[in-house]
This record gives sequence, C-alpha cells and structure tokens, in this order.
Amino acid sequence: MSALVIENLNKTYSNGRKALVDISLSIDKGDFYAVLGANGAGKSTLIGIVTSLVNKSSGRVSVFGFDLDRQVDDVKKSIGLVPQEFNFNIFERVQHILENQAGYYGVPPEESREKIERYLKLLGLWEYRNEMARNLSGGYKRRLMIVRALVHSPKLLILDEPTAGVDVQLRKNIWSFLEELNKEGMTIILTSHYLEEVEYLCKNVAIINRGEIALKSSIKNLNHYLPTKTYIFSVDHSIDTKKIKEHDNDFHLKSIDRGTFEVTLSSKVSLNDVFSYLEEEKIKITNVKEKGNFVENVFVKLTKGDHAK
Amino acid sequence: MQNKSRQFVSFMTLFKKETYRVFKLWPQTILPPLITSSLYFLIFGTVIGSRIKEVQGVPFLLFMVPGLVMMSVIINSYMNVCSSFFIAKFQKSIEELLVSPISYHSIIFGYTLAGVFRSMCVSLFIVLISKSFISYDFHNLVYLTLFSVLTAVLFSLIGLINAIFAVKFDDINIVTTFVLTPLTYLGGVFYSIDQISSSWKFFVLINPIFYLVNGLRYSFLGISDVAVGQALLVLCFSIFVFYSISYTLLKKGVGLRP
Repeated sequence: MSALVIENLNKTYSNGRKALVDISLSIDKGDFYAVLGANGAGKSTLIGIVTSLVNKSSGRVSVFGFDLDRQVDDVKKSIGLVPQEFNFNIFERVQHILENQAGYYGVPPEESREKIERYLKLLGLWEYRNEMARNLSGGYKRRLMIVRALVHSPKLLILDEPTAGVDVQLRKNIWSFLEELNKEGMTIILTSHYLEEVEYLCKNVAIINRGEIALKSSIKNLNHYLPTKTYIFSVDHSIDTKKIKEHDNDFHLKSIDRGTFEVTLSSKVSLNDVFSYLEEEKIKITNVKEKGNFVENVFVKLTKGDHAK
Repeated sequence: MQNKSRQFVSFMTLFKKETYRVFKLWPQTILPPLITSSLYFLIFGTVIGSRIKEVQGVPFLLFMVPGLVMMSVIINSYMNVCSSFFIAKFQKSIEELLVSPISYHSIIFGYTLAGVFRSMCVSLFIVLISKSFISYDFHNLVYLTLFSVLTAVLFSLIGLINAIFAVKFDDINIVTTFVLTPLTYLGGVFYSIDQISSSWKFFVLINPIFYLVNGLRYSFLGISDVAVGQALLVLCFSIFVFYSISYTLLKKGVGLRP
C-alpha cells in the first residue's frame, strides 16, 4: 500500500504565484523519502497541502488510502508534522505542549503520558519537561517539535528541515532516532538542505524545481543523472602531469598539490580504469574520496541558477 | 475510540488550555476590569451618584450595576477570544489545531466557552464589589443567567471572527476602541432612555447593546426600557448568525490557510 499518493496537484496563491504545477508522486509504506528543492521551489507548499495547512487549487491527495477531501480526519490522524519554523506557544511548558497536542488528536493525558515520557527520554528532553518552551535552546526546541509530532502515533512522519540550525552531534542523534523510527515501520518524508543527511537517511528522493517535479529516483540510482563524477586521490608521491594529459579522453586528472589530485570521470568510465593507470605507474593510493556529495551534485545540476533567485 | 468521545477530549483539551490561560494571566485578564469597575462605583456611584436623583425608581448606583456588569461581559468575552486566537495565529501555534482532527465545532466551542468563563468570573467579582457599595437582590435569576451567558457567547464569537481576519495587533483593538466601547457607553449603561431627548432616542434604539443592557437590568432590578423576551430572541438569532459565520470561515480557512 502507498503511504502517500499525490495526483496532478496544483497550487496557485491568491497573488497569482504558481507554487505547484501538476505534481504527481507516490511514496511507499515504510519508505524514507526526501523531497528536495531550492528555497521557494514549492516543498513547504506541498507539505502544507498534505498536512491541511494550505488549501490546494486542484488535484488529489491520499494518505494510506484516505482521501484528503473526503476523509480529512483520517488523513490528519495518520500524519505527524515537524514544521520548519517553531510553531508552539513559547510561554507553555514542554509537558503541556505535548499533552495538549495529544489531546487535540483525541488522546487523553493519562494515555499520552507514557509515550511522551518515552520520547522525551529518547531525545534527551525529559529533564526539561517542566521548562517553559522559550527557555529551551534551538536544538531542544527542534527536538520538542519532533516529540510533538509523534504523540498521537502517526504512521507517516513529515519533517521539514528537522536539523536546521542544530549542531553536528545533535544532528547525528536525530538521524539515529529517525532511522530507528523507520526501522519500526514508520514512513518518513524529509526535506533538508543538508544533502549528506538525505544521502545517509533516505531511500528515495524527489527534486522539485519551480513547482514541478524535476526528478524522482532512488538514492542509489542518482549517480545515473550525473554526466561526470569527481574523486580526490591521495597518493604516496607526485605524479607526472605530462602523462596525465595522455589520458584526457578517458578521464580528466588535475593536480591539486604534491601527492593529491582530482579525477573527473564520465559516467561511461569506471574507477577501475584510474586504479589500473596508477598501478601501471607504480603509484600507491593512500586515500580516495568523492568530491562533494552526489546528491548535492544532482541537486545543483537540476536546480541550476535557482539558488541565486 | 469513538469519534464523539475523541472530539470531546479535543474540545476539553482546548477549553482547559484556554481557561488555564485566564488564570495564569490574571493580572491581565481578571484584575484590570475589577479595578475599572470599582472606580466607576466609587466615582459615579458614591461621589457623583449621591447628587443624582433616582432613575426609574432605583438609586443611580443600583441602576448602574447591571450596565457595568454587561459592559464587562461584552469586553471580556470579546477580548479573551480575540487576543488568544490572534496570538495563536501570530506565533503559528494555531497550526497545532489545524493539523489535528479536532473539529471546527470543537474549536469554536473551546474558545467561546473560555471567553464565557472569563467574563463570568469577572462579572461575579463585579457583582460582589457592587454589593459592598449597595445592597440588593436579583429580580430573575433565569433571565440573569440567560442574558449574561448568551451575551458572552455572542461577543466571544465576534471576537473569534475578528481574530480570524486580523493580520496585525492593531486590528484586534480597532473593534474594541471604535465599536464596542462607544456602543456600550451609549447603550444605556448610565442612563434610561426616558432621560434623553427624542432626537437621540433613535440612535439609542438602533444600538443592539442597549437591548442587552436592558435585558440584564430587568434580570437584576425588574425594570427595563425594552421588551425582554424580544431582546432574548434577537440575542439567540445573533448567536446563530455569528456561529455560522465562524464555522464557515474556519472551514474555508480564511486568514488561516493560504
């Protein structure tokens, strides 16, 4: 069964701006799905429509088979949302925010307390449960929003930039927490500007560009969308740049410094060809790493120029 | 869980949250109207009122009590819902409600009854304060309850509608400053219609708050410038109209969902 099906979704705002144009998307149950796009591409509008925060202009949305137009309550019960901006009452205490949110979903406090305690402890917020939300740091506020999205046991968790502005350690904690949820069977949709996050966590990805789907792919197949890939090699001694020229047709090598060079391969050429060449030259490789991040490279290629706008 | 019991939990959660807010912010929600009313009783009732002859057969201070109670019911129910809902919109915590399956009826009831709760608390205190100035008994407790509670419901709904449309803080004060306060002061809180010239009577008679004040005055003292049953009917009809407007606005997402 599909967790989320979107068909021919359109959104035009009252000022005439077309935020989404004929979007169609299907996300399987249990998937960890990334929705990427430059600022203003339409990601938040898409999430807003699915979570009933934005009215759609046309199209159809269904969540676990429930139609958004006809079974909106069932759709809402199935989804937990972690929005991009902090949207809780900063003058309320952590425990109250969570109990109230569970209450809005019809879960009485005596039933939600156990779950709230479990998630607060898992995300290191338990000792702050009686703190007023405004006293929490940005990272703790972010975690509070994740717990809040889970208090009613949703089957689909949607996270809009969940790790924006949090430190590296906390980001890794949130990653492992989300991985665990996904292993337990929860479907997760994520938007993020940290593309290594997407590469690490997600199985599938859609890239939105100017309100349209520019690409839908599994993360492992994203490589096919890149005409070239670049690697950085560290070797035990400098290489002869004249000889490098001879291989320009197969792969392009560029010396960075003594013992380090950059190799750019077309998608038809294997990395083994580079290894063979280096072996012939009796050059010992000490390290190889990909330059940049391939999700990032695909993203930049597909949304070229839109960042500046 | 059955849908009805789930909706009841949702409604109670919102209602408890909103009433907790009234208590938590008591220096803003409860205290100021009590100070203002005490000053009215002291200045208009005791200092100036002693020089004014009886109105419709009762001392001026006593004549003024129902009007001041009605004034506090109107302003407090309106302000409670309007400010709370607008602040939730402003800091986006209203999204907690919008993403959840809480029904629009529960949202309206939750906010409205919290507005009623605040206005009843304030009114009760004002009655107690008034009794320290002058002794009296209530003429009709059923009418008293009906007029005060239904008026609070009506103005809570009006507050909700204003908050739905409001885009900045100024917008929530405009109605209070330019509509509610003038209409209340000109609605017979401090005078009987017999005391004003016939040219002004027309403006008083088209003022809806005049009927509410007189309805409550009848409940307190058994005197009124208008037919009480008619006033009650208009009140119920107005609630129906404003409830329908609130529901439609929430359902369409006006001011809430782009």
